[in-house]
Amino acid sequence: MTTPNKYSRRIFLKRAGLASIAVAGGTSMLAGCASGGGGGKDTVSGGGKDKTADNPFGVDAADPLSVVIFNGGYGDEYAKFHESLYKKQFSDAKISHKAITDIRQQMQPLFNAGNPPDVLDNAGAEAMPISTLADTGQLTDLTELFDADAIGQEGTPIRDTLNPVAIESAEYAGKPMVLNYALQVYGLWYDRALFDEKGWEPAETWEDFLALCEDIKGAGMAPMAHQGKYPYYIQQVLMDLAVKHGGPEVAYAIDSLEPGAWKHESMKMAAEALLEIKSKGYMLEGTEGLDHIQSQTRWNEHKAAFIPCGSWLENEQKEIAPAGFETTVAPTPLLDGAALPFDCTRVEAAEAFVVPAKAANQAGGLEYLRTMVSKEGAAEFTKLTAAPTIVNGATDGLDLTPGASSAIALIDSGGEDNWNYYYAIWYSPMDPKIQSAVAELAAGRLTADEFCAEAQKVADETASDTATQKRTRP
Amino acid sequence: MQHGRYRFIAGFLAAPLTLYVFFVIWPFVQAFHYSLTDWTGVSPEFGYVGLANFQNLLNDSLFLTALRNNAVLLVGLPLVTVLLALFFAFLLNVGGSSRSAGVRGIRGNGFYKLAFFLPQVLSVPVIAVIWSVIMDPTSTGLANSVLGFVGSGPSDWLADPNLALYCVLWVLIWGSVGFYLVLFNAAMSSIPRDIFEAALIDGAGRASTFFRVTMPLLWDTIQTSWVYLAILALDVYALVAVMTAGPGGPNNSTQVISLQIAQNGFQFGRAGYASAMGVVLFFFTLVIAVVMLRITRRERIEY
Repeated sequence: MTTPNKYSRRIFLKRAGLASIAVAGGTSMLAGCASGGGGGKDTVSGGGKDKTADNPFGVDAADPLSVVIFNGGYGDEYAKFHESLYKKQFSDAKISHKAITDIRQQMQPLFNAGNPPDVLDNAGAEAMPISTLADTGQLTDLTELFDADAIGQEGTPIRDTLNPVAIESAEYAGKPMVLNYALQVYGLWYDRALFDEKGWEPAETWEDFLALCEDIKGAGMAPMAHQGKYPYYIQQVLMDLAVKHGGPEVAYAIDSLEPGAWKHESMKMAAEALLEIKSKGYMLEGTEGLDHIQSQTRWNEHKAAFIPCGSWLENEQKEIAPAGFETTVAPTPLLDGAALPFDCTRVEAAEAFVVPAKAANQAGGLEYLRTMVSKEGAAEFTKLTAAPTIVNGATDGLDLTPGASSAIALIDSGGEDNWNYYYAIWYSPMDPKIQSAVAELAAGRLTADEFCAEAQKVADETASDTATQKRTRP
Repeated sequence: MQHGRYRFIAGFLAAPLTLYVFFVIWPFVQAFHYSLTDWTGVSPEFGYVGLANFQNLLNDSLFLTALRNNAVLLVGLPLVTVLLALFFAFLLNVGGSSRSAGVRGIRGNGFYKLAFFLPQVLSVPVIAVIWSVIMDPTSTGLANSVLGFVGSGPSDWLADPNLALYCVLWVLIWGSVGFYLVLFNAAMSSIPRDIFEAALIDGAGRASTFFRVTMPLLWDTIQTSWVYLAILALDVYALVAVMTAGPGGPNNSTQVISLQIAQNGFQFGRAGYASAMGVVLFFFTLVIAVVMLRITRRERIEY
């Protein structure tokens, strides 16, 4: 009886071992089944009709168009509207609409097999690495799109109708590759109604900010909470403090992986400011271990006055925020001797729309993006999602929520002074390492100098890594 | 006759073997192949880089941190889980009142088994969410409320870099003990009662019954459990990804290999490098399983 028993157990163990590895390491292996042959081409696929003012890419209505939308915070209603605009022009076109959340799992095999959709909204937690897609020639050059006339504005190329951050964020190796559609505004968010009731006003200088925090603390509320489980959020405060003090060159140096970029005097001052908030007890107790939902809910419950976030916050907390809660953004205060004015901030273009290089109908994909950046298309997006787009003036005359209108006001007041950073997208392996150091700083476990040294070490490692494609900013 | 029999067996084996080769062996071969390339994972093109990926692993501080954390789990998880499961299973089987005649389990045996087994029917992310709510770092969190009740200050739990890995370890143990308790319980009930009763008549106490009778007779089951738990400790992806900050924990204190594989393979566009990590993990698992089985080999006792 012993032998068979022993055998079955062995086999069981082997299976168990293999199964476990398949779970741990095998996902990448399974995904790798389909790395078929490649091969690029020079001309845009699809189209072939005469290029006219109404049809600058020569789209053939007989070509079907496939659109894949990330069905996240913005939903996919806006995409259905854009599709209806496309349909209006090409009434014969068959459009396949797919709204998914697991972009990478579903799209990776299609890209590998050379069979991607014509338009992809590469966004969300499961997005594909965009810089890798751009570097490996998987994306269509959007120069033709940006040079084309904007719909309804003959003689005005699309690039002139967009917020400059859209052009800047589109570029990979000198060519526009990505249409980042939504504008995200970062800042410190508060409840306008509460502040009115208490007679508080967001502070412009660091000194006033500390005094305000003391007031808030005296009222039995934590001055600030943050989504500690994801250090990205508190990092926005750190970066904004540093860049507004030292000017946009601080962000340029960081993005260009310049030696000593993280040891800049302004970064050190910003790190010290963050430490001061922590050491003076202005952070909500235990906020370092809360995720975005837990911390933002506590903020909605008035357990904390400020929370750092992007302009999606109002929409995200829609179901949780009590009636009368007026989500409003304030710029981060200025450190002494700041180079930039108070009312500017980090404005990021996000929600990356691409036309894959191997799409069957690239012309249709480009035309679809052109309808998206029409005034009509952009206004509908903001109406449906309460988020501003890269299209200038598309929100004029819209009736907006307090959060959206304060965010748009900040985009406008910041103007040319609004800034952005790109290292986290350009050098994705660097991102979690920096975030980890920021979390240690925000928890008061690193000094400002230690933080700068640690972040610089990560940047230097990235700079000397041969597998990383380096990029620079002006 | 013999010939026909082999054909008969082969007929039965063909389908499962084909599936096994295609879905298990083939992906392994591919992973070994990709570990020698700079494949991004999102493009059909790649180049061969030899053993460069493995060389880079040696200098990857995050990977080494992950390795160390996996090692802590590798020691802690099987040890504590097996000991706890054995102890509870022993109580359930032979821990009953000694005044009654013979050997029996404690009262409510079935209820305890059910209670301990419950975590096994929950999926890992559910367990992770439940425990991250319990370990809420604010003073109103459940665990902190208990601490406050006994007069101790609030703890940061998963947000504390010195504690986070042990919190994960605890949740792993909590989730595993039930299954092994039931496993050991089944193995113990197959040990003939008269052996225990003979030991009792010979004057053996609870402790010596456990160490001299129960343990040796359960050795095979314990050995199997040990290896299986070791394999579990080398994974823990879901738990760490859902439960810990980052994910990867404060100061990477809960960083594990599987997390690094997922990040490199999917977020960073470095599928070749991630495959190399997968290959390393494969050999680790293999070596650990073999070593565990060798050094714990004992003589079998037939009954």
